[in-house]
Amino acid sequence: MAVITFHLDSRSGVSYYVQLMQQVRQAVRFGMLRAGDQLPTVREVVAAVAVNPNTVLRAYRELEHEGLAVTRQGLGTFIAAGVAAPIEQPLYRSLRGDLERWIRAARSQGVDDATLAALFDHVLRESHEEVRA
Amino acid sequence: MTVCLEAAGLGMRYRSTWALRGCDLRIPAGRITALVGPNGAGKTTLLHLAVGLLRPTEGSVRVLGWIPAAEPDLVLARLGFVAQDTPLYRRYSVAETLRLGRALNRRWDEAAATDRLRRLRIPLDRRVGRLSGGQRAQVALALALAKRPELLLLDEPLASLDPLARRQFLQELMDAVAGDGLAVVLSSHLVAELERVCDHLVLLDGGRVRLAGDIEGVVAEHRLLVGPREAARPAGVHVVAAEQAQRQTTLWVRGEPPDLAAGWGVSPLSLEDVVLAYLAGPAPGEAAPEAAVEVSA
Repeated sequence: MAVITFHLDSRSGVSYYVQLMQQVRQAVRFGMLRAGDQLPTVREVVAAVAVNPNTVLRAYRELEHEGLAVTRQGLGTFIAAGVAAPIEQPLYRSLRGDLERWIRAARSQGVDDATLAALFDHVLRESHEEVRA
Repeated sequence: MTVCLEAAGLGMRYRSTWALRGCDLRIPAGRITALVGPNGAGKTTLLHLAVGLLRPTEGSVRVLGWIPAAEPDLVLARLGFVAQDTPLYRRYSVAETLRLGRALNRRWDEAAATDRLRRLRIPLDRRVGRLSGGQRAQVALALALAKRPELLLLDEPLASLDPLARRQFLQELMDAVAGDGLAVVLSSHLVAELERVCDHLVLLDGGRVRLAGDIEGVVAEHRLLVGPREAARPAGVHVVAAEQAQRQTTLWVRGEPPDLAAGWGVSPLSLEDVVLAYLAGPAPGEAAPEAAVEVSA
């Protein structure tokens, strides 16, 4: 069984190779992929999600450019050594729990999803400015 | 780019009707090309000319460097073709169909075909006529792939399949492409389904090529402009299709407008939007004859 499964959204307007890259980054961020793990082979990906093989090759190539992955000739593509440590599972669960409570509270007050997302982005951006200031 | 299928001034006339006329096109090797267009656009005629089932009325078509109608032996062994509605002998079992394929082809990878069909849980002893539409399509694909073709031509392979069977068919096809690196030309009128598997596009309409190029380039080259009706039309772009409302103008354009007057909004288009814009615009022959658009990557 492959370590992770890709899902492609044909209505998002985001290029398929970018979607694949985002999902690898996401998996690394949350510790589902760690340094040295092998990414699904091109053949596994295309057989699973029916996408053009060149799309997968391109995503993996770009991940290599970013330093997140390395390709070993004849072996496959692997997560590079020394990628940023993911959030540890307990921390991930606790942060996620806080966020879920926050979303539930806001929704119960009638705040819609678009407003919530905008609010989160806004505060995140502002907090960066505070750090810099 | 290496070309696996090339047409020059290709035309095919049935009695008094031209099914294909003045068709110039180059299909790259090692890629998956979507051959799209409305019913009657000439897609099937083009594919039949490519496999030598028809001889052109005018112009020429070369496949893997050869003229198929003149040198069938040199072309057919390297070519896979699945005709519309996957015609197979319905009274033969799957195993008998495979045996027929083995007898008729010089190059034949039976193990690959049986592996493929076993993996899909298609019983080899069942009569073809008793398989589901999706299974029959998979048998036809497995037969075509067993030839280990360099180029595989599929005429409307998805048209009669339900969404799940379509997905499974495309999964098998992509698996074969990833394994063998063959080139594929896939005709269809279902554009949305092709966007994720194809990387090259040929749009036929009324027997002519309207648009051809790398899908990514084609999508990036086109955009939607919406502005007030009284505003000056943007210069520096080619208008593919236009729509007027009482107070608003909508333009489907190729190219990037160098500077837009106030009031115009720009948004990207999907491949399907682009194709529909070309089909909604003036058909070739109606307005001033317009050269086919070739978008380079």
